[in-house]
Amino acid sequence: MIFTVFFPLIIAIVIPFLNRFKKRIHTGVFALVVPLGIFLYFIRFIGEDFQPVSQQVPWIPSLNIMLDFYLDGLSLLFVLLISGIGALVTLYSIYYLHKNEKLGHFYVYLLMFMSAMLGVVLSDNVFVLYSFWELTSISSFLLIGYWNHRERSRYGALKSLLVTVFGGLSMFAGLILLSIITETTSIQEMVLQKEMLLNNDYFPLIMTFLLLGAFTKSAQFPFHIWLPDAMEAPTPVSAYLHSATMVKAGIFLVARFSPILSGSEWFFIVVSIVGIITLCWGSYMAVRQTDLKAILAFSTISQLGMIMAMLGFGTEVAVFAAAFHILNHATFKGSLFMVAGIVDHETGSRDIRKLGGLFTFLPITATLALFGTFSMAGVPLPFLNGFYSKEMFFDSALNLTEGSLTLTTFLRNVIPYLAVFGSIFTFVYSMYLFFGTFTGKGDIGSLPKRPHEAPVGMLVPPAILVVGIILIGLFPNMVNQPFLAHAAEAISGMKLEEKIAFWHGITPPFRMSLTVVGIGTLLFVFRNKWKGIYHAIPGPLSLNRVYDWLLEKTESYSSRMTKGYMNGSISRYVALILTTILLVTFTFMGFTEGFVMDTSNLAEVSTLEISIAIVMIVAAFGTIFSNNNIAAIIILGVVGYGISTLFVIYRAPDLALTQLIVETVTVALFLLCFYHLPKLRKNVDSKRTKIINSAIAISFGTLMTMVAISSHSSKWFEPISEYFIETSEELAGGDNVVNVILVDMRGLDTLFEITVLGIAALGIYGLIRLRNKKEENE
Amino acid sequence: MEIIMSILAGTLFGTGIYNLLQKQLLRIIIGTVLISNGAHLFILTMGELKRGQPPILREGVTDYVDPLPQALILTSIVISFGVTSLLLVLAYRASKENQTDNMDKMRGNEYE
Repeated sequence: MIFTVFFPLIIAIVIPFLNRFKKRIHTGVFALVVPLGIFLYFIRFIGEDFQPVSQQVPWIPSLNIMLDFYLDGLSLLFVLLISGIGALVTLYSIYYLHKNEKLGHFYVYLLMFMSAMLGVVLSDNVFVLYSFWELTSISSFLLIGYWNHRERSRYGALKSLLVTVFGGLSMFAGLILLSIITETTSIQEMVLQKEMLLNNDYFPLIMTFLLLGAFTKSAQFPFHIWLPDAMEAPTPVSAYLHSATMVKAGIFLVARFSPILSGSEWFFIVVSIVGIITLCWGSYMAVRQTDLKAILAFSTISQLGMIMAMLGFGTEVAVFAAAFHILNHATFKGSLFMVAGIVDHETGSRDIRKLGGLFTFLPITATLALFGTFSMAGVPLPFLNGFYSKEMFFDSALNLTEGSLTLTTFLRNVIPYLAVFGSIFTFVYSMYLFFGTFTGKGDIGSLPKRPHEAPVGMLVPPAILVVGIILIGLFPNMVNQPFLAHAAEAISGMKLEEKIAFWHGITPPFRMSLTVVGIGTLLFVFRNKWKGIYHAIPGPLSLNRVYDWLLEKTESYSSRMTKGYMNGSISRYVALILTTILLVTFTFMGFTEGFVMDTSNLAEVSTLEISIAIVMIVAAFGTIFSNNNIAAIIILGVVGYGISTLFVIYRAPDLALTQLIVETVTVALFLLCFYHLPKLRKNVDSKRTKIINSAIAISFGTLMTMVAISSHSSKWFEPISEYFIETSEELAGGDNVVNVILVDMRGLDTLFEITVLGIAALGIYGLIRLRNKKEENE
Repeated sequence: MEIIMSILAGTLFGTGIYNLLQKQLLRIIIGTVLISNGAHLFILTMGELKRGQPPILREGVTDYVDPLPQALILTSIVISFGVTSLLLVLAYRASKENQTDNMDKMRGNEYE
């Protein structure tokens, strides 16, 4: 099982090498093996006696992060969708993408996504889950921006990344909270502690964070804005990521945590409201679109809203219907995306206003679309799977659990109406999609290409999905016990027995379906009469503008802020760095009571040293006030020679010698450079700068004094110097301990020191040579 | 004595930093020299001053001053010498190329 998660990634590494043969063999053929293999591996788990399987490999044991994989009914449903649709999409893409495209990139991203998505649905460890979750966002970003020469692609990619990663991060916060409270990183173990979690003070926060992650990923209102722009991706990607799998990751998350979260009444309220609003808004907006893929995008949004709402309802029927609809939606929406891709591919246009009457040119495609759209609309026919789940949706909307809050009671009354409202528009856009494209009079002459039927390879994948629609429609119970029941059980935590049947009699849900079809047909036929309503709602106001405004403001504000302190002046940067050091050190030392002063162990004070110190202090200040080059250098020399005198007094003969030599050479160097360097000028800074600079300088000096005194006063460990003194003779045969330390015991340090000097010498040489060459040229 | 030396080290740091914050290249180099001198003194003070003989082993002497700070300072002196000389040549080149030794005028075009 672990191998299957990483299998696509392994192949992804090989793909760039195989891409070399793309002239002869389409790279997609190699990629196709992966999902197909995974699908065949997992399909054997289907059966009535399915038991969850788990597998564990330590990854970061010290942080309790294991590669924990757990396959239950819910994961199985998703794994089969990911690999099944994945295989079909890969097959489709072989015919959709021309060999001249950057196939290597495409399949690497696609396989990367496959791994990530499998990881999300199979992980039992929350942090592993999170890692895979973000990887799906990243691969989705790469795939949306696949045609990166298009401005719209880049815009869409960035938008999806910003929205989903925002959600991902908040989900991460939720997961961290969860793992701290439950002291485990395993989801299954968290579920066992749900009673404790429900009463925890942080529960509302956890729920908010997790739901934010789910809502952004699954494009729920108001975060749905990224999905229509994600349609800039190649159509196979849209079919795969942005309809069948990735956008359902949010649904998966809610389903996975619903045993914990659904204990709270607020879960019902929030998830149902968001789901229902998304359903209505998505289907309402879909009717307005003119681009085939845009219609499908909004339709996906609304369908996701519907599934989300059912998870929110949390009743047995609802949870079962949610699992059922996840499967059904993948079949009909997948096939419809592929149909849209075929239309685009064969006519060169996706604009529904230009298209029309394509039935004669693309009869097979049109037939496939017929099944897809009618199933999506929920037309009551016994061979369309969409009808069953829609019927169950109505059924669950009518039988909501009672709650203690008034809001719950209100929702119980409103939700059935909203469900019907959303479904009416679903019906309208489904009809619009089919009849607008394939019937009526189209302006065939104005299309960029002369339409003709697609190659067989492009027709097979949607055909397989349509066969799925019909098979599930005819024999719904085929997938019931062996498959869906396990998924529903994993979501709700209890065993569910649901019978799927076409005919229940004239029940309220059936009447709702009839209402939908009736009103839907009327609205569709007279759609030109009421289209004006879109000028009023949403009108000029749109969430996209909010997004654009936010993005623009963030950019301009952060650029202004950065320019505020990054003004190019190095002295400003130095001042900022020093201030930071000061603040951090003072705070830290203050809090840990690091400043100490111990006067018991001090050397005696002698007049000689004090006089030297006073001379040095005067000289040090002199460098600031001197405006004469020579004077400044000589004063600096005074400080240097003062130090070497101090070294003599403090029994450091080697230091004194070195310092003397270095000081002499330095002064000589300074004097050499003087000739060329401009004269020192009076400090012309403003008074304010001077005060700030002196404040920084004084506090830094004080800080260093305090640190020096504290470090002298607090001896926490025995110095290791004794070791050097004792072993110097024995180990290195040297009397001068300082020399032994330098050349023997810390020999490598000295070697590197010499290297540094060498580099400095090279630099100096280079700088001087550079001048000579240039001057020679001139 | 250690306290006086600490104050001296602090003063060297303070004056060094003040010079470092100036605009003129030469002042900045003077600042770095002062800071490294301060650092040497700082390291020396961290050990114990004037307790025992210089760390050169001789018969009959058991009490030596701490050799470790001395070794560290020796390394540091040499390195800071390298840094100072490189800085000097660099400053010289920079002021020659740019016709100015004012840091504020060397900011590059994007800030003007």
